[in-house]
Amino acid sequence: MKISGIVLKFGNNIDTDVILPGKYLVLTDPEELAKHAMEGLDKEFSEKAKKGVVIVAGENFGCGSSREHAPIALKYAGVKAIIAKSFARIFYRNAINIGLPVLECEDAYEKIEENNELLIDLSSGEIIDKTKNLTFKFIPLPSFLLNILTHGGLIKSLKSSLMQKSS
Amino acid sequence: MNLTEKILAKASNLKEVHPGEIVNAKIDYAMVHDLTAPLTIDAFNEIGVKKVWDPNKIIVIFDHCVPASSIEAAELHKKVRNFVKIQGIKNFFDVGQGGICHQVMVEKGFVKPGEVIVGADSHTCTYGALGAFATGVGSTDMAYVFATGELWFKVPKTIKIYASGKLQKFVTPKDLILYVIGKLGAGGANYMSLEFTGPTIKNMSIDGRLTLCNMVVEAGAKSGIVPPDEKTLNYIKLRSKGKIDVQESDEDAVYDKTLEVNCETLQPMVACPNSVDNVKPVSEVSSVEVNQVFIGSCTNGRIEDLRIAAQILKNKKVNDKVRLIVIPASQEVYLQSLKEGLIEILVKAGAVIGNPNCGPCLGGHMGLLASNEICVSTSNRNFIGRMGSSSAKIYLVSPATAAASAIYGEIVDPRILEEE
Repeated sequence: MKISGIVLKFGNNIDTDVILPGKYLVLTDPEELAKHAMEGLDKEFSEKAKKGVVIVAGENFGCGSSREHAPIALKYAGVKAIIAKSFARIFYRNAINIGLPVLECEDAYEKIEENNELLIDLSSGEIIDKTKNLTFKFIPLPSFLLNILTHGGLIKSLKSSLMQKSS
Repeated sequence: MNLTEKILAKASNLKEVHPGEIVNAKIDYAMVHDLTAPLTIDAFNEIGVKKVWDPNKIIVIFDHCVPASSIEAAELHKKVRNFVKIQGIKNFFDVGQGGICHQVMVEKGFVKPGEVIVGADSHTCTYGALGAFATGVGSTDMAYVFATGELWFKVPKTIKIYASGKLQKFVTPKDLILYVIGKLGAGGANYMSLEFTGPTIKNMSIDGRLTLCNMVVEAGAKSGIVPPDEKTLNYIKLRSKGKIDVQESDEDAVYDKTLEVNCETLQPMVACPNSVDNVKPVSEVSSVEVNQVFIGSCTNGRIEDLRIAAQILKNKKVNDKVRLIVIPASQEVYLQSLKEGLIEILVKAGAVIGNPNCGPCLGGHMGLLASNEICVSTSNRNFIGRMGSSSAKIYLVSPATAAASAIYGEIVDPRILEEE
């Protein structure tokens, strides 16, 4: 599974309240949620993300709430993947469950700059910074999680396995 | 194995488990609330399974936007009520019937030692106070649980927190957990479990233990746990029937590390904006003027918290510059505080009392902050924009510090009251 996008960079401890503020939790339409993605930090985020972006961030990305609205807002705003030094665990699960690739890579954060163009290979565990012509390695997800991502999320993957069982 | 590992091993039908291993565990109870249930229902319907795995093991509690604060919230409530009816879910706590989900879960007897409980809310880790393995999950994971009654977990590493020494007057379990989070850092226990042990924990009330476990997620932890003892069993016997599976960590159980805390010298603590690990003794924070004080939430809206607030505010007045919002965590806590006369004391001091709900803590509805305002709160998060405007600032403290700060109009160490 390959992904490409332009980099938007953030720091450490980016929490779910800045990713999707609490007042929008009464919304369930992904397109509506997307309009407010990252509103707590950057009001122009949803405009910037439209072109298809990869977030590169520091430690503990997605800390805080279990609200799945947060990764949904990012995905529908145009975020193709998130690379961080580390993730908060509920956010990490939620992102994979809705089909938004998340991967941990220490080096990437230090060396990749905003607006660089990236190509990510989820299966081989490689990030190529096309702007700087650099390659970074990361440990690929275990195959059962990669399988969820290639199906587009947990529900689609579950449906597919239920269909296989019944056929 | 330690206690968390034993619970996960049993739920996964394995003799032994080790940190890092991925297990598939059977779920004892699954909880959703008004804001996370709608996405869960959508995902569940998409799977195409008609009936939930066990309607008696699903608990639905309305607490975030209660009573409905907008038409959108009302529509969500309607959608969830409809699902509850179709699926035959009996454990449904509608407006006026329960209160904040985590408090309702423990006081209605859904939490017992040795159980595996998931909730579509990050503070589900609260239930570890009664010796359960409990953790927050998102709506899609929850939909998977609704369909199958199982969920995969990575067995966490465990950090032991060993607390000794008597907590001094006006120093509370909230101060202890703020101190611990300050030491570990906001991501310092990421993917891990915290086990609270030592004489201070033994002597601590169930209310206090709930406060400790409530906040472990603020250090990134998956779960927190207090080994069950007589106090735990007495609390549970009042609320729940059936056999209780009490286990303890083996003597040779493996821990990632141990953090020792001497509570004898612990001071009232505060988490300063905008990070939960930006923790200092209150005595080192001076002259911060306060616009709003909030005493409530799943962290500190319990009877013990309202008692200490009332003790401090009795025959006193809330400072003219301050708005004090007090919210009992549940209908049961509300009734108890009425019986004890706490509500009267707080109202006379100038507090506004809210119905049991999560409103102010998450900035969803009630008591939102305007630009540049400062709030002193007994809740669990001080992220940017958490309680309203993104330029507002939140200081997290104990109910004692919050009550004292409401009187003074600025952040003060509650021990100042002893000196008067």
